[in-house]
Order: sequence, then structure tokens, then C-alpha cells
Amino acid sequence: MEVNVKLFGDLREGRFKEEKTQLEENSRVIDIINKHNLPLDKVAICMVNSCQAEFGQVLQNQDTVAFSPPVGGM
Amino acid sequence: MKIYRVNMSKLSFVAEEVPDEWKVLGGRGLTSVIVAKEVDPTCHPLGSKNKLVFAPGLLTGTMAANAGRLSAGAKSPLTGGIKESNSGGTAAQRLAKLGVKALIIEDIPEGDKWYCLHVHKDGVEIKEETELLGKGNYEVIHTLTSRYGENTGVLTIGQAGEYKMSAANISVKDPKGHIRSLGRGGLGAVMGSKRIKFISLDDNDGKGVEILDKEKFKNAAQVFNKGLLSHPVSGNALPKYGTNVLVNILNEAGGLPTKNFRMGQFEGAEKISGETMYDTIMSREGDPTHGCHVGCVIRCSQTYNDKDNKYLTSGFEYETIWGFGAGCTVDDLDIIAHVDQICDDIGIDTIETAGTMMVAMEAGILPWGDGHGMLKLFTEEIKKGTSLGRILGNGAEFTGQAFGVTRIPTVKHQSIPAYDPRAVKGIGVTYATTPMGADHTAGYSVTSNILNVGGHIDPLAKEGQIELSRNLQIATASIDSAGLCVFTAFAILDYEPVSHALIDMINAQYGTNWSVDDWFDQGRYILKTERSFNEAAGFTKQDDRLPEFFSEPVPPHNVTWDFTGDELDQVFQF
Repeated sequence: MEVNVKLFGDLREGRFKEEKTQLEENSRVIDIINKHNLPLDKVAICMVNSCQAEFGQVLQNQDTVAFSPPVGGM
Repeated sequence: MKIYRVNMSKLSFVAEEVPDEWKVLGGRGLTSVIVAKEVDPTCHPLGSKNKLVFAPGLLTGTMAANAGRLSAGAKSPLTGGIKESNSGGTAAQRLAKLGVKALIIEDIPEGDKWYCLHVHKDGVEIKEETELLGKGNYEVIHTLTSRYGENTGVLTIGQAGEYKMSAANISVKDPKGHIRSLGRGGLGAVMGSKRIKFISLDDNDGKGVEILDKEKFKNAAQVFNKGLLSHPVSGNALPKYGTNVLVNILNEAGGLPTKNFRMGQFEGAEKISGETMYDTIMSREGDPTHGCHVGCVIRCSQTYNDKDNKYLTSGFEYETIWGFGAGCTVDDLDIIAHVDQICDDIGIDTIETAGTMMVAMEAGILPWGDGHGMLKLFTEEIKKGTSLGRILGNGAEFTGQAFGVTRIPTVKHQSIPAYDPRAVKGIGVTYATTPMGADHTAGYSVTSNILNVGGHIDPLAKEGQIELSRNLQIATASIDSAGLCVFTAFAILDYEPVSHALIDMINAQYGTNWSVDDWFDQGRYILKTERSFNEAAGFTKQDDRLPEFFSEPVPPHNVTWDFTGDELDQVFQF
């Protein structure tokens, strides 16, 4: 299956802003993290289709998964 | 320390002893207590009975990092209720070094003259001012720096404050000579009503801050300062991208208010994002990270240059970029930077004015997405004080009413900031219930709703949001009283050693014996004081509600604002 992966902040460094990724059926969020070598302590926010998701969430074809490092602001 | 009291009718100054009950108050705690005590809640905010109070925080002027914030308070001409606004810059530390616990400005001059105040080690001089009248804040700061020296602190109003526009702010000179803002609630108009153009601060030979147990303070400060640097948000994320890193996050979460709160996502989000801003700053040789006051270790501010690598603006914040960007459907970061610069120069709140521009576009005064047209409304109308300019300068609600617009995003007449309350429900509760009006910093629920700091509470559901907003409003009132930058909250609330170090510093400086809970009790007291003032000013439960149109669903989640009045009224049950 194919999912759309978005990276924010300095997770983009040495990687990409937005890219399609091929995965096995029933893959989870953690599989994308591993595939793109995202350091676990640098993934503070994870969203699947604009909703907060846990690393164990199972993905569907054409899902959009976004990752952000720890950020703050106001 | 002393209370400095200036009377603009008698043109007099007196230094008073600090009353016992004010000795362990500072910042917002002190401004709100003084306003509640000395200002008639039913007074006209631009009349002689309103008072403008400035107060550095409890820890200001010490070696505690990020403790250089100044609070300003009054009855707000925008909300009609009590207002506290705080800012970094050069003012708070100079007042603290001079031993000024609070500067209270009361009454109104007879006659037509304008004045300026000069604060130094012997007190306050009140002088007539003509040269800088009608000038923008950048020119005021530049002139005073030449006149009195690099080390001079400055508080100034631009043309907007002179016109007494309800969205006018008070500007503070920062260590680079640029501008920070006591932004919200029209305090610039209050300063203008007292016909004070600027306040200059010379802290030479000031006695400095008194600390009872210096050794204990130093040890605690070291723990505190290290703690700020060790937190991933205050130690890493904010220095690199500043607050504007939030554009892409909120856009992804479906909570970035777009086209006056019609949608939660904006097609042009990437173009105005923190990542794009960082790349632009670097390619134009700007400065991507600096602090807004000496002693800041978080350094969330930056300098944004134009295409010719010349200084354009600084302190370029998420709220400003969201508001003039996604809110108005403008996707050109350079135009928004020009808008930021002119807002700083004429001294007007960017959040309020962004809401105003959204409403102006609703009204058809200019097309959606017309960035150049928006800039022109600043240069040709607001800055010049034309009839249209005076309408716009009075904020989103005033503008909406003038043009028959019903879709006006305000609470207590103040414009709603950069998070859709339907998709980020915790911040919606804060918007509705804080005594400050629609204010996001007052109880920043976005931490748990979106950023996963201090746990996670689903932003799309009602569960847990009332408690979250309440607890954050209490904690923030306490932090605002310490003179601390609100970004210290991440480390304070996440790391117990940091919150304990904070209390140790206060106890060491003032000889108190507080626990963390005692400190939060002060926050509760401040909130209750503010609410009582608002009630006496005529506010009711109906003022703790969001505008009607938020019952519409907002895409992509198609969520609505569905808190009942009874639920919202629970926030202040403590």
C-alpha cells in the first residue's frame, strides 16, 4: 500500500518535506519511522489524516502521516 | 523598592513605600491587584479615572534566566474589562534595577500639551514633548538612543496610540533597538489618553535588586537556567524556528483558522511556514535566533531581511503570520513582514489588526488574499488616522459593526488568535473564560491538545478541556507575576526540579516559605481579583461565550463548538 509522509521542522534535514512511501499491508506508524530512520526521541507529534496517532496505529492505503519534532510556540 | 506614582493632571511624581500586601506581588499579580484596588471598574477607560500601571516581575533583575518581562495593566478600552499585557525588551530590568516595584500613572493632563517621562535613579521627570509627536516607534527609539545613550530603555506609543485607537499597543525597545510589544487590549490608547508619548529609562547608578539569601538564590538559579536549556522545546525548537514553526503543525491538525475561521487548513501554509521563514532568513543573511531581553536563553526571536538583505522586521511571530496569512488568505511572507514592520512602527496589535483585516475582507473593503491592498490600508488609512483608518484601528468588532458584518471572531470584544476553537477545544475554553478576552497565552491548552507537552488531550473532544484550561490559567497567572517568559512554562510544568528551583529562588529573594502550591495559590488569587473587577465592570456569564457562528462545522474535521454555558462556567469553580 502507499501512504503520504510529511515531515516538519528539522526532521526534514537530510530527508524530505513530503513523499509517498510504499509499505506492506497492515503496516504501522512505527514502520515508517524505522524506514526513514527518524530518531524516536525526535518524534514528538504524529498525525494520521490530521488526527493524533500512536506509533502502533495500523495504517490504510492512501493515509497521510505527518511527523514533527518537539516544538513550542504561542 | 518603591512605588512610583505619577499624576498627569498635577504633573507630579512621588515615591511611596511598598504596602505590606504588595511586597510579594510582581508583574501581572501587581498590575491586576493595583488596577482592581485603585480603578473604578465602571470608569471610562480613556478618562481621568483609569490608571496605567507598569510592573516588573518578582524575579526581574536577578540572574534567573528569562525573567525580564514587563507587565502593563489598566482597564482596557478594547474589552472594557481588566487587562494585563506583558513584553520582553529593555524596560522591566531597568525598572527593577532602579528599585521601582510599580510605576502608576494616573489622571489626565489639563490642556493640549503632550508629555514624556524620564525615569532615573532619583525618580521621574515629567517633561513637555513636541519633537517626537506624530512619529513612529522606530524613530522615537532611534532618537532617544542618540539622545540618552545605547543603554536607555524605552516605552513608546506610535501614531495609533496618539489617535487613541482601541487596538493601539505600547512598544518596548529591545536590546538591538528593535521592537517588542505590550500588545493586546489597547493599552497604547490609555497611554495616549494620558498624553504620554514615551517613557525613557536610565538605570545608571540604580541600586539593583535586593536578594535576602544570595547563595541559596544562586544555587536555585543554576538549576532553573539549566532546566530551561534541557527541555526540547525551550532548549532546541524555539531557538531554531521561533514560534512560526506552528503553521505547518496547526495546518496538519486542521486547526489553522483560514479565511476568517471558515476552514482549518490553508493551501498556502507551506509558503508562510516556519521552515520557509527559516530558509528565507538564512538565505538573506538575517539572524535566525536571538532573545528579546538580556538573560533570555530561549532566543525565539529572529531578524527577517528583505530581498536586498536589509532589515525588514524582527520578532516575527506565528500569530502575526497566521493572521495576515491564513486568516486573510495571503501566502506571501514578504508582504506579511512589511505588515509586521508597519504594525510595530505605528504601534498597533497585530493579532487584533489581523482579525480586523479578516472582517474588512468579509465586508468587501478589499478582496480576500489582497496582501498589497492590506498593506495600503495600514500606510494610507490607519497610519494617517483617516475615517476608515480610525474604524480599522478600533479593532475587529468595531469594524464589523461599521460595515454590517456578523461573522466577527471576538470574545469580550477582543479578536480571537491563531487556533480554531472547534478543532483545538482546550484553547476555545480559554478564549471564552479568561478575564483577558480572547487570549491564547492566558491558558495555552495547545500544549496538551496539539504539542503533546504535559500529556495529550484529544483536541477534537470536550473531555478534560475544562480542567486543562483552568489549570493552565492558574499556572500562567503565577508565571506572569514572576516576570518570566511564558515559554519557561514548558520546563516548569514538565520538570519538577525546575518548578522547585523557581520556588527556591522566590523564597531566597523574598524570605518567604512558599511551596509550589502556594505559588499557584497566588495565581488563583490573581484570577479571582480579575474576574471580580470584570463583574463590577458589567460582565456576566454571557461574556464567557464564543460567537454564534462557531456552531458551524469547520473542515477538515467538521467539528463544531459544542460546550454548554454550564460547562464553561465550571472553569472558575475553584
